[in-house]
Amino acid sequence: MADIAYDRAAAGAARRHILTRVVIYGILTLFAAVYVLPLLVVIANSFRELPEISQNGLIAFPKSFQFDAWPEAWSTYCIGGTCEGMHRYFWNSVRMVVPATIISTALGAVNGYVLSKWKFRGSEVLFTCMLLGVFMPGQIALLPWAFLLGKLGLANSVYGLILVHCIQGISFTTLFCRNYYLSIPDDLIKAARIDGAGFWRIFRRIILPLSPPILIVTVIWQFTGIWNEYLFGVVLNSGQQQPITAALVALSTNGTNVRVYDVMSAAVLIGALPPLLVYFFGGKYFVRGLTAGAIK
Amino acid sequence: MATLVGSPGASQIGAPSEVPREALRDRLARWVPFIVLLPSLVASFVYVFVFSFWTLYISLSNSTLLPTYTFIGFENYASLWSNRRWGIAYTNLFVFSAFYVVLAMLIGLMLAILIDQKVRGESVWRTIFLYPLAVSFIVTGTVWGWLYNPGSGFQFLINSMGWTSFKFALTTDRNYAIYAIVITGIWQSSGFAMALFLAGLRSVDGDIVKAAQIDGASVFRIYRRVILPVIGPIFLAVAVVMLQFAIKTFDLAVALTNSGPGISTTFPATYVYDLMFQRGQIGEGAAAAMMILAALAVVLVPYALYLSWARGKEAGHG
Repeated sequence: MADIAYDRAAAGAARRHILTRVVIYGILTLFAAVYVLPLLVVIANSFRELPEISQNGLIAFPKSFQFDAWPEAWSTYCIGGTCEGMHRYFWNSVRMVVPATIISTALGAVNGYVLSKWKFRGSEVLFTCMLLGVFMPGQIALLPWAFLLGKLGLANSVYGLILVHCIQGISFTTLFCRNYYLSIPDDLIKAARIDGAGFWRIFRRIILPLSPPILIVTVIWQFTGIWNEYLFGVVLNSGQQQPITAALVALSTNGTNVRVYDVMSAAVLIGALPPLLVYFFGGKYFVRGLTAGAIK
Repeated sequence: MATLVGSPGASQIGAPSEVPREALRDRLARWVPFIVLLPSLVASFVYVFVFSFWTLYISLSNSTLLPTYTFIGFENYASLWSNRRWGIAYTNLFVFSAFYVVLAMLIGLMLAILIDQKVRGESVWRTIFLYPLAVSFIVTGTVWGWLYNPGSGFQFLINSMGWTSFKFALTTDRNYAIYAIVITGIWQSSGFAMALFLAGLRSVDGDIVKAAQIDGASVFRIYRRVILPVIGPIFLAVAVVMLQFAIKTFDLAVALTNSGPGISTTFPATYVYDLMFQRGQIGEGAAAAMMILAALAVVLVPYALYLSWARGKEAGHG
């Protein structure tokens, strides 16, 4: 008797458990579908033929296949009067993002090292001042940058954007590295000093070998941030000197009535691919950087 | 924290100073950390303070197409606040911030709690919910703009499935276009809220939860009474970060609606751009930029004060 009652209760609990699981996975799947949909739509449309897109709409199961949109988007599509596709703007972005990421990360590492292991009177205050750069809205800096880059002869050039992103990035990279280096025991540094090691020797022999985790985070953060940046790219540079984000806006507001969704989809993917690849291969570090950057 | 006080690097341990030449080298070595830091310090100082004050000064001058330095007081601010478009811009900012922050946090929290129920393939779910954050606002806005387009996106899909009277044309309606930006913003950032909430949920001490379970508390009750209060500070952090995103909203509005239809989705940040670079009114544009800075300060200063209060003495000397 008791056994049967127990079984019934257990069966009820099991049924409730299964029901909860179904609800959990159901909601997750629903949201996942919404999140993935735009990406799938763009990928699919970059391979569909334009007449088929116009007939069946953007959100439809592909019934045609072509590969022409990609080469057209890369090298021949007309944006703002020049018909050479996205490739120039893509390489502008690459030429901007690689040096800016490397320089700002290197500076951040050294700054973080000083501000965590070689503190001096007032260094905390200086750190706080540098930190303010994290919160500066770009709009405040627009006019000064335009003026300064003009004076330096860097107006409308990729080098100007490199400078902007380096200086804007210092506060982030310094923050990341300093907070990470704080967790390295001071005794390690003291022992090295007693052994006669100097500033740079300690940095090379002790700090750098311990740095890869934070350097990966910093590089990913800077790379995606600079690649995706738009405001400075569109204000400080024009025409053929613009980064890919600015070219994408120019492309989608082209003014023509016919929307070539196949080519535009391929162009959008060309612009989105580098940070997406970084995310898919370095996702773990990406999340770590995000949480570190946000919570500190 | 054992701060090394003194002149830069004064805590040089056991520096022998018998030979004068070595003493000089030591003294130089002491300054190395400071010298290394100096270029970044100068650059940051110029970027944060000189740039801000310069823009402040421009906002108080009668600059139009080019910077001039004739001081005219707060005229630009007065003209800005009497401008209908600025009114639309900050109303939009309030509407957007409220919906965007609250809904993205709610969805993020829900997803985090669901993922926290020991689901299979956790990393797959996380990857899916978070990937929009790696995509720029420009790409996001462009693609969602196509999806909102009645002639090709959602409305077209539903219409072609047979429901021909179905209407979903947010971006072409000046009263609703702002909500298209809200939805897209939520799509882009709720994964971010999820990641932070999930990290918070994982940091909760398992013993407290077990104790509550033994007491027979339901899952719902455990979350409401035990776990969520513990991760309270994370709510605040997420809210502050997302408010900051909202105040800086520019790319998304440009790519998705280009401030339209008409001027209905103007944001403060897009209006600054417009004043400075489309209409050649950089004085008034600078005034609008200063208002953005002020809005950020309204959010961040109390938060910073709260943090330093919460951290007590440690941050007291900062």
